[in-house]
Amino acid sequence: MSDYNFAYLDEQTKRMIRRAILKGLAVPGYQVPFASREMPMPYGWGTGGVQVSAATLTPEDRLKVIDQGADDTTNAVSIRKFFERTAGVATTEMTQDATVIQTRHRIPEAELTEDQILVYQVPIPEPLRFLEPRETETRKMHSLQEYGLMHVKLYEDISQHGAISTAYAYPVRVAERYVMDPSPIPKFDNPKMEMAAIQLFGAGREQRIYAVPPYTRVVSLDFEDYPFEATKADHACDLCGAEDSYLDEVIMDDAGTRMFVCSDTDYCRSRREAAA
Amino acid sequence: MDGSNLYAGGFRDAPVDAAHAFRAAMTAMARPGDIRRIAGAAPPAPLSVAAGTLLLTLCDPETRVHLGGAADNDAVRQWLSFHTGAPLCDAGEADFALGSWADLMPLSRYRIGTPEYPDRSATLIVECETLENVGAELSGPGIRDTARLSLPDAGALQGNAMLYPLGCDFFFTCGDRVAALPRSTTIRAEG
Ligand SMILES: [Zn+2]
Repeated sequence: MSDYNFAYLDEQTKRMIRRAILKGLAVPGYQVPFASREMPMPYGWGTGGVQVSAATLTPEDRLKVIDQGADDTTNAVSIRKFFERTAGVATTEMTQDATVIQTRHRIPEAELTEDQILVYQVPIPEPLRFLEPRETETRKMHSLQEYGLMHVKLYEDISQHGAISTAYAYPVRVAERYVMDPSPIPKFDNPKMEMAAIQLFGAGREQRIYAVPPYTRVVSLDFEDYPFEATKADHACDLCGAEDSYLDEVIMDDAGTRMFVCSDTDYCRSRREAAA
Repeated sequence: MDGSNLYAGGFRDAPVDAAHAFRAAMTAMARPGDIRRIAGAAPPAPLSVAAGTLLLTLCDPETRVHLGGAADNDAVRQWLSFHTGAPLCDAGEADFALGSWADLMPLSRYRIGTPEYPDRSATLIVECETLENVGAELSGPGIRDTARLSLPDAGALQGNAMLYPLGCDFFFTCGDRVAALPRSTTIRAEG
């Protein structure tokens, strides 16, 4: 513990990240640039989220880390251990017991409360990037609210596939102003973003931080004739029977037997325990 | 304050004190109107504990600080310089400005960001004689329905909110308590 500063990062770096978080909260959905630091883990492991968590944690926090809904993947376990060691925080797998939740690609099924903070790991923060590779141009588009091309792209989906095919990282409009990438969560999770908890987003490689304060309006882009739908597999969970949770399709054996199970492992386990 | 106190009044355990203070500041900014306790610093007069703690938590050699009116005295300047290394500046260049409302005005002096970089705007730390959940009605991001906060000048702050997404952001400090008002908040004056 004494080999590191609290939560690994030096104080000046944390101050810089903290200032970016405050500006992010003041302008919901706007991407604040920050000077991302090298972390002792590869970029794909959510270094942006890790830096935001490091700047946010206090010793009294209880941290939960999920990777696509699961607490037990290598990525989630490593990040949890990293903060146990460097920040001395307690950890938990139970959503309702956590004060800070760092997540990759999911929002927990259990409704989050005012006392919680959800930190997202973000690979590509710019929702307009696939339309326009130049940062100077995307900044201009955001400043002018030039979001027409984004709608055109979604509408092309409809004309080609009969529906909007974007299933992950489905763009949202935050507080009726900025179009934001919610990170590669399934669009099933989009409606949950209007929540009581504070949401912080960190992109390490792309060096961006953004935020959504509690109770902020978050609207998934759609069209009058093709309203947004928070879709999931049309099944119940084969383990706990939940019909309201996001499901992963898992191949069970060499014969190709398939099962649908909750992607949120804590939600599934707590439901099975309650039923037992 | 005598010279020996210049080196006093900092955080006892900087990483942990700053973590606690930031959490209070962040929660305040995320929930406009919420009044939080924030402490850890013992700054020279006339600075409140809350204002001093915000300076130690957020300022360093990379941030320019403007001190307004009574806050701009030798003891404060030396304390700030010793503990943060933050350079002092005029209102127009400030990342952070500190003082009473009257000493900081007019608002038009401060950076409001640019259309491409609205984050490049000043944060004002306004020392208040009272800080209570009464007065102007607040709504918008971070607020479930509405909130109330004693604002120094609702009219001027409404003008700032009109600039959205540009504009300044505010911390209001009183003793060891802090509340915040980001530019995103809609303000309805009392009555
Ligand atoms: Zn289940």
